[in-house]
Amino acid sequence: MLLTLLAVVTLAIIGQRNLFGVVILSGVYSFLMASVLIVLDAVDVAMTEASVGAGISTIVLLATLHLTRTIEVRPWRRSWAPLVLALVTGLAIAWGSLALPPFGTPDAVIHRHVVPRYLADTVKDTHVPNVVTSVLADYRGYDTLGETTVIFTAGIGVMLLLRGARRRDGGGGDDGAGPRA
Amino acid sequence: MQAVQGFLDHYNYVVTIFLMVAGLYIVIARGNMVKKLIGLSIFQTSVYLLYIEPGKILGGTAPIIDPAFTVYSNPLPHVLILTAIVVGVATLALGLALVVRIHEAYGTIEEDEIFEKDGDT
Repeated sequence: MLLTLLAVVTLAIIGQRNLFGVVILSGVYSFLMASVLIVLDAVDVAMTEASVGAGISTIVLLATLHLTRTIEVRPWRRSWAPLVLALVTGLAIAWGSLALPPFGTPDAVIHRHVVPRYLADTVKDTHVPNVVTSVLADYRGYDTLGETTVIFTAGIGVMLLLRGARRRDGGGGDDGAGPRA
Repeated sequence: MQAVQGFLDHYNYVVTIFLMVAGLYIVIARGNMVKKLIGLSIFQTSVYLLYIEPGKILGGTAPIIDPAFTVYSNPLPHVLILTAIVVGVATLALGLALVVRIHEAYGTIEEDEIFEKDGDT
């Protein structure tokens, strides 16, 4: 049901030409996505999506609109090529997805590899009951270090780009402030 | 009957693929750069769904260890996607900073008008 709503909002985003409306719709999209993630038991991901996707992304997008303009002037591009390309890609992925196990089955390959060990040992190893936290900060800590490096680099990039902008006309309200790691 | 059951078993993947394709379509077909970036982030969120969905176990609960529960959904995709969300917003911010700079240099954020101006010089 929620997934269907997501699809409807996406169609609205494609059709809407006022960029302000598009930004608000993408905030709606993020909240729907967070709800879907809660239903899928991914509570940590849902919290991050609600704060980062619906919060920070929307603010950054609005700041950009403030610095540029809000109307998308071009009407529909008259070419069928993008639609055909997208459909062909979609059919190819759908064909591949037929081999995936049905939704929600406990004996799929994904649940039998390394995860039982995480679930069984996490309290003994890290004294943290939340398995997502223990994997993120302990078992896979180096990945998280790499992730923070990416955010740091992106922040530097945004600062360098916008400092050039500010030198010219004193504008600039966009910030690449890193969210939670 | 079996076809219907198969469709319902894979309905989540159908919607995920639709979101993916819609994002791809926006990126290719729209000339406005802000819209392109929003299409890119729709594509990204569809990948989140693609990772999280197989991790769900029907009847399972969120992966927080508690004596009251025995079946937990798979925590590993959650960790991967947490990283992906944060990296996603970093790339979005960088892309939007580039859009602001392009707007300064060309006075527009439409791809076609930029090509026209490049053709003049």
